[in-house]
Amino acid sequence: MTQISDYMNSYRATWCPGCGNFGIWAALRRALVDMDLPPHKLLCVYDIGCSGNGSNWFHAYGFHSLHGRSLPAAMGAKLANREQTVIAFAGDGGGFGEGGNHFLHTCRTNIDMTYVVHDNQLYSLTTGQASPTSDQGMETKSTPTGDPDRPLRPLQLAVSAGATWVGRGFADDLVGLAQLYRQAIEHKGFAVLDVLQPCVTFNHFNTREWYAQHTHKLTEQEHNPADKAKALLLAGEWNGKIPLGVIYREQRPTYEDHFPQLAGKPLTQRVAARDVGQLIEQFR
Amino acid sequence: MPHRRDVFTWKIGGVGGQGQQAAGATFAKACTRGNFLTFNYSEYPSIIRGGHGTTQVDVAPRPLTAPSAAVNLLVALNEETIQLHAAEVTHDGAIIYDGSKITGDLKAYRRHKLFNLPIGNLLQDAKLPPISANMVAVGASLGLLRYSQAVLHHAIADLFAGKGQGTIDANIAAAQAGYDHATKHFQPARFAFTLRAKPVGKPAPLLTGNDAISLGIAAAGCQLYVAYPMSPSSSILHNLAGWAKTTNMVVRQPEDEIAAIHVAIGAMFAGTRSALATSGGGFALMTEALALSAMTETPLVAVVSSRPGPATGLPTWTEQGDLKFLVNAAHGDFPRVILTPGDPEEAFAAAGTAFNLAEKYQLPVIILMDKFVSESTRALPHFTLTPPEIERGKIATASELAGTKEFARYALTADGVSPRALPGTEGGIHLANSDEHEEHGFAVESFGGGALLRQRMVEKRAAKVRHLIPELPKPVRLGPAKAKLTLLSWGSTKGVAEEALRLLPYVNAVHMPAVWPIPEHALRHALNHVQQLVTVENNFSGQFATILRGATGIAPDHQLLKYNGQQFFPEELAEKVKALL
Repeated sequence: MTQISDYMNSYRATWCPGCGNFGIWAALRRALVDMDLPPHKLLCVYDIGCSGNGSNWFHAYGFHSLHGRSLPAAMGAKLANREQTVIAFAGDGGGFGEGGNHFLHTCRTNIDMTYVVHDNQLYSLTTGQASPTSDQGMETKSTPTGDPDRPLRPLQLAVSAGATWVGRGFADDLVGLAQLYRQAIEHKGFAVLDVLQPCVTFNHFNTREWYAQHTHKLTEQEHNPADKAKALLLAGEWNGKIPLGVIYREQRPTYEDHFPQLAGKPLTQRVAARDVGQLIEQFR
Repeated sequence: MPHRRDVFTWKIGGVGGQGQQAAGATFAKACTRGNFLTFNYSEYPSIIRGGHGTTQVDVAPRPLTAPSAAVNLLVALNEETIQLHAAEVTHDGAIIYDGSKITGDLKAYRRHKLFNLPIGNLLQDAKLPPISANMVAVGASLGLLRYSQAVLHHAIADLFAGKGQGTIDANIAAAQAGYDHATKHFQPARFAFTLRAKPVGKPAPLLTGNDAISLGIAAAGCQLYVAYPMSPSSSILHNLAGWAKTTNMVVRQPEDEIAAIHVAIGAMFAGTRSALATSGGGFALMTEALALSAMTETPLVAVVSSRPGPATGLPTWTEQGDLKFLVNAAHGDFPRVILTPGDPEEAFAAAGTAFNLAEKYQLPVIILMDKFVSESTRALPHFTLTPPEIERGKIATASELAGTKEFARYALTADGVSPRALPGTEGGIHLANSDEHEEHGFAVESFGGGALLRQRMVEKRAAKVRHLIPELPKPVRLGPAKAKLTLLSWGSTKGVAEEALRLLPYVNAVHMPAVWPIPEHALRHALNHVQQLVTVENNFSGQFATILRGATGIAPDHQLLKYNGQQFFPEELAEKVKALL
């Protein structure tokens, strides 16, 4: 049986005391243990930022990529080895700003992997500048007179671009978040999980208390995740109560399903010289 | 300029979309089916319809490595072709022009033999569509050359084999209409040139550099090819996508070049073989990830086929203007390998070499080509698909890793190469880190001792260079052992140098199929006894000469440079060399 300690190593976290990341990663370890997934069967592909710094104290195969680029790197690894569980991580800056194009187009593919975005509505490792999900008017180091841009509603984009599992969690809700992780990882297709997270050092507006007051958990009676029209509305909900839970879910063939080449042994086990004698005949 | 005596040169020109390239392919296939060898070279604008485009086919009884500047038979599908290219026609040559379109005064071109081919009327009489005009032109040309009609029909049938009997018949009828017109009206016996078809076994394959490298990538066991379209690299994507059912390779066109290189890096990290291709502008977008490959020590194989820059530049023309960029591309100070194949044979081999070096030394390998080598088509009778040896370097197995708790992915070793563990292997868990890291991959800044570790890691990555240099493809001498002057080529200037040597006694050449890191020992050996060293480059600033001087102190006596979007022509290069002798 997989233990929580299997996902720990000897290094200590450098996040600020009270950072939302502690909850995000504790819930992930819980979900992985519940799924009994041994750490060598998991590949985490990290972005740059406070979320990516967590790569140092999470014991699983890890690839710490570049800012905004965790999705395409994860896609390459997943296509190469379908037997490996692959989770890509990002923050709201890398995920929706620098890597916005990859986000949209990976949703279209419906590749069978999970995308977890640590969303604290701020660039924090760079000490607090506005991000694509910062509220309009938010005063930050880079927007001292208030952010002029409207915030993205990334989960609306995810639903419309073709992600087949879309949900939102809250870093302090460990039990609920662990359940969302498990659903997202077990979903066959591209799962997008936006995790709201307080930045205790730089975001003095969207605080732990603010999130607790402004979020509510969706119930089964309230919302059927197969209802795409309602999912799009809920994914855009912000100023009243921000919905937490599964917003959208559908079953659709994955990217991998389109390639008979991917059936059978993973591509990592097939590397060998190929006879191309037949291919040259067309050039004569 | 001296005309190459053993080469016959045919050229067809017209508005883009009139099928000049298909005409060239037909002409070349007809020639190879009569035991001739060919070199096809096209100049065309970056538009689908309109603009001026030409395709030239050089024909000889021997393998050809570059196109002539002089033309023996010019086919003008429009008047502009005559205006632009009549001066290229040799004194004993001729111009066939479409008299149904060109009705202006051609007196200015009287010094040439002019043959009126009323293509429109011939098509009308044969009840054929205007799209067949190019086949009428090919037929008339081969009629004038008194070439075998049966061989021409055979070539057309082979070329259109996949398109049904109707298409084959229509194209044969069009070619025959041209052929008959030439026989009847052009008095072929008075034309200075003939082509006599001889029986041949299997005709030679006609390959571009891109075709050859596509075959090389497939042969080297690549499992995932990922590329965003960009001229002149796109035909590699078309080839590999078209072959995917046969090769079982996964081919993906992602949202942009940045995604392409990250998909390739992710796949290589996972432990398969992946490759990509782009041109200079696309690679500019990829440079940050080049550094990612270097820092994480993840193998990478990238083909860059250059065109003249900067910016959008000249998308369908040629230049060797990206060498300095690639030697220095990306932030940071790290080793990379640049291979510079000069012909399809070297391009095929470069793919296998690139994968082996990338995996053995866990670093990025770039294969640098350009439009001239990527898109020119050669008949290659001796092209052999030597299966590449697959060398994957140090990969730790599950049994070697059994019981390991924290795997030292970046263990400090004498040759700078540490064993990899592939995701999924028990005991091999590690972090591949784009941050500077210690031996397990953890960021060093957080854990003390950072400064010394940083230095050791830089030295570890750099140590690979001296170990891999002996494995690089060696400089090749072309021409005689003793010479008064030696040309130094890299990449696509090889072919032009080879042809120019035939026009130049007492001159030889040294070609470099790999330029970075500079294999200094092997190069000095090849340049031993050189009297006068002349670099030949398709760029303005002499990029290789600059790099060579900086890295080794070797300086050429002269540089021959061309940067108008065309490669050198052999006659042109020979003239320039003669001026130096």
